[in-house]
Amino acid sequence: MSTSPHNAYPAPVPPDHRGVVRGNVLRGKPVSSVAVLPMRPGTAANVVPKVALDGISLSYKTNSKGRLVALENISLQVQPGEFLCIVGPSGCGKSTLLHLIAGLHQPTSGQVSVDGKVVSGPGTDRILIFQELGLFPWLTVGQNVEFGMKMKNISKAEREEKIQYYLRLVHLSKFRDSFTHQLSGGMRQRVALARALATEPDVLLMDEPFAALDAQTRDLLHDELERIWAETGRTIIFVTHNVREAVRLGDRVALMTFRPGRVKQEFPIHLPRPRHIEETDVARTAREILDCLREEINKSLEVEYADEKAK
Amino acid sequence: MKKLSRQIIFYSALIGVWALLAKLHVWPPYLFPPPWGVGEALWAGFQDHSFWIGIAVTMKRMFIGYSLSVVLGMILGLGVGSYKFLEDTLGGLLVSLQSLPSICWIPLAVLWFGLTEKAILFVVLMGSLLSVTIAMEDGRKQMPKIYALAGRNLGAKGFRLFWSVLLPASLPFIVSGLKQGFAFGWRSLIQAEMIFLSLGLGQLLMMGRDLNDMSQVIAVMILIIILGFIIDGLVFRTMERKLQERWGLVPA
Repeated sequence: MSTSPHNAYPAPVPPDHRGVVRGNVLRGKPVSSVAVLPMRPGTAANVVPKVALDGISLSYKTNSKGRLVALENISLQVQPGEFLCIVGPSGCGKSTLLHLIAGLHQPTSGQVSVDGKVVSGPGTDRILIFQELGLFPWLTVGQNVEFGMKMKNISKAEREEKIQYYLRLVHLSKFRDSFTHQLSGGMRQRVALARALATEPDVLLMDEPFAALDAQTRDLLHDELERIWAETGRTIIFVTHNVREAVRLGDRVALMTFRPGRVKQEFPIHLPRPRHIEETDVARTAREILDCLREEINKSLEVEYADEKAK
Repeated sequence: MKKLSRQIIFYSALIGVWALLAKLHVWPPYLFPPPWGVGEALWAGFQDHSFWIGIAVTMKRMFIGYSLSVVLGMILGLGVGSYKFLEDTLGGLLVSLQSLPSICWIPLAVLWFGLTEKAILFVVLMGSLLSVTIAMEDGRKQMPKIYALAGRNLGAKGFRLFWSVLLPASLPFIVSGLKQGFAFGWRSLIQAEMIFLSLGLGQLLMMGRDLNDMSQVIAVMILIIILGFIIDGLVFRTMERKLQERWGLVPA
């Protein structure tokens, strides 16, 4: 198993605000001592970005109104190992953007590239965790985690080892033989995380994964996700409509506009880790972003009400 | 337990009434044999192996014909369910063909294949194919899209995507169609076997008629019912139970 892709990159600006040391427990091997991350876009311009969105637009035909522009000219760069959160009002195309990065759909114009290579379809270097999870109910928890590895033709012995490793990572070892409907929402969420991680993608795409959970479970999963991110060194692009959650988790928060979806503004988050969602610093930063977001939410509401009146 | 005792009482009463009517000689015994007459016919049939052979031959045909129709039906159904063009063209044809009783395929099959095994298999195939196809098409459409997306996202494509994701994901939606397809195929098979010398249960039934042996006719009819019932219970009920276990609830 390769220890880390980050070795390949020159050490970017060492941020002093990073509380979690990215040492590593992955089978006892150190991932990298230089796996510190650029916190601001542009600080490491010489580094090939892990994910680059270059002028992405997406529009599609609607039944009555002609064409709907869902995404317009989105350009974003995500650095290796970065935790990027994308927030925006519902309907702004956040999820669609993740689908495009995952290669499940193609943009109308522009291109997505990973490690400088243009994405043309799904690939196991980018795994998306869907909002609805999409766990396979006909498979056990263990078999769900195994699925992606099977598709990658990884040997039985190695699969076995990784199933155990990743189930332990999300604290679900005891539930290996359960079916997914027997688990609670938070547990299912963790199965989805383990299933995605087990294919060992460089980039983890998460689509409002915690939206349907109660606050306690969500807090707990925030901690776990932060820990797993620190342990595995993955690049994460995390979509949410919850600004506090974005500030709690992200190295950077990108705010999207409502129809057409554009990146309105990017906010680097310089708060020390580990963070907690109830911290005042988190709340204060979230407030700033929220003010900016509010305009977009109002716009989305106007459109929705206008739609209703039209009916 | 309550259900079982009710069933026992019901069937005992049924046989009782039958025995009584036979005893009273309401109809002559060669038209209305007593239960023990049918019992003897069953015994004799198994003794001289003709029933065993009949069951074996019929089951083998059913197995081959039905397997063929499941494979073909799934491919067709998946195609029609996935592509709008096929749905608009082939989809309509399939639905209209369903109004054709499968016994109508027998003359065609006999002319095409002669009085052969192939003709019988063809009729079984046509009997169950449409149900399986339409079930698969529905299953493909009803199946939550997320599974296909998740499968592709995890690196499944082509045949593996079908085999590991689309098929298991649509199973709860198609199991009733598979069951219906089996029932139709079973009927078509017995009908086809009645047409010409074929060794199966259908032929044994016709032989009873030719020999004016009402006991044998009823014995074979009972055999056909029991076989169909056993397969339904063994194969399809088990499948449904398994699905319930795994999915939590059966969505269909």
